[in-house]
Amino acid sequence: MADDKKPEFWRWAETNWVNPDIKWQDAELLTGGIDVGSVSSQAVIMADGELYAFGNRRTGSDSPTSAQDALNFALEKTDLPQGKVHYFIGTGYGRVNVPMADRTVTEIACHAKGASFMYGSAVRTVLDVGGQDIKAIRCDDKGKVTNFLMNDKCAAGTGRGMEVFADLLGVPIGDVGPRSFEVAKEPPPVSSTCVVYAKSEATGLLRKGWAVNEVLAAYCAAMAARIYSLLERVGVEPEFAITGGMAKNIGVTQRLRKLMGLEPLKTAYDTQLAGAMGAALFGLALCQKGKGRKG
Amino acid sequence: MITAGIDCGAKNTKTIIMKDGTILGRASVLTGFDQREAVKASLAAALEKTKLNRSELDHIGGTGSGSRSIEEADVKVNDIKAITTAANYFFPRARTVADVGAEGGRAAKFDEKGSVEDFAINEKCAAGAGAFIEAMSRALETELEDLGPLALTSDKSIPMNAQCAIFAESEVVGLIHAKTSKKDISRAIHDAMASRIASMIRRIGVNPDVVMLGGVAHNPGFVEALKRELQVDQVYIPEGPEFGAAVGAAIVAAQTAK
Repeated sequence: MADDKKPEFWRWAETNWVNPDIKWQDAELLTGGIDVGSVSSQAVIMADGELYAFGNRRTGSDSPTSAQDALNFALEKTDLPQGKVHYFIGTGYGRVNVPMADRTVTEIACHAKGASFMYGSAVRTVLDVGGQDIKAIRCDDKGKVTNFLMNDKCAAGTGRGMEVFADLLGVPIGDVGPRSFEVAKEPPPVSSTCVVYAKSEATGLLRKGWAVNEVLAAYCAAMAARIYSLLERVGVEPEFAITGGMAKNIGVTQRLRKLMGLEPLKTAYDTQLAGAMGAALFGLALCQKGKGRKG
Repeated sequence: MITAGIDCGAKNTKTIIMKDGTILGRASVLTGFDQREAVKASLAAALEKTKLNRSELDHIGGTGSGSRSIEEADVKVNDIKAITTAANYFFPRARTVADVGAEGGRAAKFDEKGSVEDFAINEKCAAGAGAFIEAMSRALETELEDLGPLALTSDKSIPMNAQCAIFAESEVVGLIHAKTSKKDISRAIHDAMASRIASMIRRIGVNPDVVMLGGVAHNPGFVEALKRELQVDQVYIPEGPEFGAAVGAAIVAAQTAK
């Protein structure tokens, strides 16, 4: 466990944002999506299907509080009262414990829907690498899931695994990707799958005289290989998009791109928002069909 | 005939010296990062204890995850062969053995001669190895040696959802925050680990007498959990269970020298 005095290298920045071009009072339908993940929680508010505000925070010890915290954080920079939002959908690992949710939708469905919105309807394969799981999702042009595979049993290849490494090597999590390319030659990947064993392997490599950046490169490569094996099993069809926190780590995404021989799509949105945006879009669709709480 | 068995494991390197089926002495040293050095030190320590010279050893068997580093070995003994031979030596009536070390677990079924009939190995995942309990003892801020006895004082069974050691660490922290008592968490940890070892044993089929080898056999919390999980009254543990594979290697060394 991280000591209070020890710097926490895994700690990524929590962010919130409001769209300056939108006046919520002008919107016909305001829908909220709340994605309570195992490691991070996001809340987004969409105004008639456009992103209006979001908040992205670390998940706390219980889901209801984490959901409310993320929502408060999203609303912080707005003057929108929570009660004005017409419909909330909860998703993610902690979705059954989202108190303000009018309904819940699985995170697989939300991620596909969100990715289809963020990256465009040409997306057919979505990779979501979250804090404690990896999802490889196939979807159609409406963002509807046609097939998926998931690993949520093992930390290898998940964000949590990368956090453990950042902490072990004393490298802030945001620097892992860029630093993994500051090596003279690409080292062979870490051979242990299990994060516990990979940690001992890394300690051994450092003792053998490897530079920290080389160990980072070796671990990013191992992670890319692990993720690739899941993608191979579900079958990749272009266009391909990556969501979740790991999409921000170029150390992994660029090595993955090499393995796949396929360029992932780019987006202006924060990739961690895919699940919550998908949830808000499901809420919008329900309201438009007249199944919403208020009209 | 005098033989030695050396087991270079992930955490400790063990040496056993035997003469005509009797154990003369043994030694264990930390493997550390230099397996070659550990093997030398372990063998030297065992020779010193038995007051023997290297030249008096007729044959040496080497085994374990670091067996490549045992240059002294005349014969390389496969990990599974080593544990079935040892289990058969200590408990001739037994037909099943589980060996749980620091970074791996193995289970095997064998016949009355100790020949392997079926086996299962986990060397990939910490969840079925001593490393799991070690990681949990850190999360629980309890000494590793105290964790097993602590589990025995609990009579409450709480299921753990996480399989992975990394995820289980977070779950343990969550349980601490939820004010679950340390003894109950400790039992949950051992139950989780025992269920994984038991499922490995069940995959190859449980025969009534189960022998346990490896350092984890020293942990009474784990042994109790395994008995509950396998629904048996007893599992058979020799004195010095962590030397099991080395004993097997020493016996195979004697057999192959003939």
